[in-house]
Amino acid sequence: MEFDFAAEQPKFLMLMYGLIAFVAVVGGLLLLLDVVPTWFARRREAQLVAASASGAPVPRRRKQREGVFAFFFLLPTLLLLTIGLVVPAIRTTLLSFMDARSTNWVGLDNYGWMFAEDSIFRVLINTLIWVLLVPLVASGFGLIYAVLVDRARFESVAKSLIFLPMAISFVGAAIIWKFVYAYRGDEQDQIGLLNQIVVSLGGEPKQWLLESPLNTFLLIVIMVWIQAGFAMVVLSAAIKAIPADIIEAARLDGTTPWQMFWRITMPSIRPALIVVVVTISIATLKVFDIVRTATNGNYDTNVIATEMYNQAFRYGENGQGSALAVFLFVLVLPLVIYQIRNLRKQREG
Amino acid sequence: MTTATPTVGAGVQPPAPLTRAARVRKRLNSRTATVVSIVLALLWTVPTFGLFVSSFRPEDQIKTTGWWTFFSDPQFTLKNYQDVLFSSGSSGQLASYFINSLAITIPSVLFPIAFASLAAYALAWINFRGRDWLYIGIFALQIVPLQMALVPLLRFFSTGVSVGGIQLLPAWDLVDEQKFAQVWFAHTCFALPFAVYLLHNFISQLPGDLMEAARVDGATHPKIFRTIVLPLITPALAAIGIFQFLWVWNDLLVALIFAGGGDETAPLTVRLAELAGTRGNEWQRLTAGAFVSIVVPLIVFLSLQRYFVRGLLAGSVKG
Repeated sequence: MEFDFAAEQPKFLMLMYGLIAFVAVVGGLLLLLDVVPTWFARRREAQLVAASASGAPVPRRRKQREGVFAFFFLLPTLLLLTIGLVVPAIRTTLLSFMDARSTNWVGLDNYGWMFAEDSIFRVLINTLIWVLLVPLVASGFGLIYAVLVDRARFESVAKSLIFLPMAISFVGAAIIWKFVYAYRGDEQDQIGLLNQIVVSLGGEPKQWLLESPLNTFLLIVIMVWIQAGFAMVVLSAAIKAIPADIIEAARLDGTTPWQMFWRITMPSIRPALIVVVVTISIATLKVFDIVRTATNGNYDTNVIATEMYNQAFRYGENGQGSALAVFLFVLVLPLVIYQIRNLRKQREG
Repeated sequence: MTTATPTVGAGVQPPAPLTRAARVRKRLNSRTATVVSIVLALLWTVPTFGLFVSSFRPEDQIKTTGWWTFFSDPQFTLKNYQDVLFSSGSSGQLASYFINSLAITIPSVLFPIAFASLAAYALAWINFRGRDWLYIGIFALQIVPLQMALVPLLRFFSTGVSVGGIQLLPAWDLVDEQKFAQVWFAHTCFALPFAVYLLHNFISQLPGDLMEAARVDGATHPKIFRTIVLPLITPALAAIGIFQFLWVWNDLLVALIFAGGGDETAPLTVRLAELAGTRGNEWQRLTAGAFVSIVVPLIVFLSLQRYFVRGLLAGSVKG
């Protein structure tokens, strides 16, 4: 019970420094941009006054320099993006062609290693399973639920409950589900919900997270549990955006709910559905926290992001870690390009 | 644009079609749909509920019986929370990590939002050459997974920048709680592309007449930004703020790499992941600990859900 509050004080001090820095940087920038042009304007005014008093020709007004403002407004963002993203991304690409300590060039060795090594190949297969299943199941469930809830009472409460996991961290979600999958021996009472259900149906309790390949699917359940809420909210909004006239007209024509769904709902929400699937796919490709917390990538559950972390930060294999990061980037790339093109089409249309 | 406009702008629609729409929908209401959707919603909540109930049960109870027995044999204690929050050493000490999470999150939310809104304003309303290309460039950076930046950024902090043997920038050499600065820096960098994109969406849709009028009155860009733009984009700032808050508070990867694992800097997620690994059967700590980490985002989320959903729709559907 001996929580030492005094020991925490340096943290608050540091937080305060951070906040002071924030005020100084942002406030300073705005102030600078406010004061300096005003000062120039004053000086010009004084020049004009002096010129008119002495009868000298009025100095010509210089062109307004918008570019200067733009430069200072963009300065922090561009600086940080360069240091924090652009240069590192280029360096990672270079590192992926170098050895573990980044001293010698090794060509494509790291990429060859990825596909040659059995354990890494397994990682790639797992990632493939993830990215095929999660978007499909999560969007499917989200869609069905959005359609259902549109015709239900207590809509907002039900939606909030489904959406709630979005606020929970992947780490928290992994712990919640580890508890569902918890195992105790045959003769004891089960504390995990899943084993309890299995036992009450007359089955044997299992160590779910140790059984490959089942464990990968059980981890996928966690991701689906989180992402379905996102899919549901976006799709539900799209469904609500279908004009009431169309729905009413269809009803007057005597369409069945089934026809209504396939002929009216689906075509109307198609763009939203595509966005949802692609967004979830991107998130799934990068999944890290769930696997790390639930199994730490053991028992054949590893995925690219966890393996990248292990290689680069645990085994000191910077080359191989970087190669995995680049591979991840290559996988994400077509999805994002597709997403951007889609968004632009929607914008124009 | 086709899908989201009516939703986002639902508040400004004239009331007549809304009530008609409501009438149509009401007619479509069905009892089956209500029952099924509520049952599903409850099922969805069961895992979280089980964790929540367990966190209040005594240790020996959690470890020997299922949480559902709580309803036939209710035993209630706050000891788990007391232990996991305040007892020192390996058993938890989550209060320390909770403070770390706060210290990491607050600046990591403020910096990117401020920088991004400045940048978004410049990209939307200041005329300069190459503006569109710059915007596309920043937008495109969203595709870079942060895994691509981790190794070099860590080296940037630990060894500085040197080109051809000449040290251009020194190493940061941070110790203990100073490492917060690294995490702030990393989170700010990683958040900027999306934040600029989202805020640009909002800022570029402000009425041009307003800006023009202010310009004619002699207002400079900083003044327009402060007095006109900022008040108008408060909802957007709230939306992106909640996003970033949830993202940073719930993040594991960035914290793991840039904050280190000690109680001086590591946030709750890092500590919990560690507890889940080393003390996987200590459910009395894990349940209470997980709930400690969940409760803050849950409160933020439930109280500001409207903004969050609006931001989500604007970010993912509208474009």
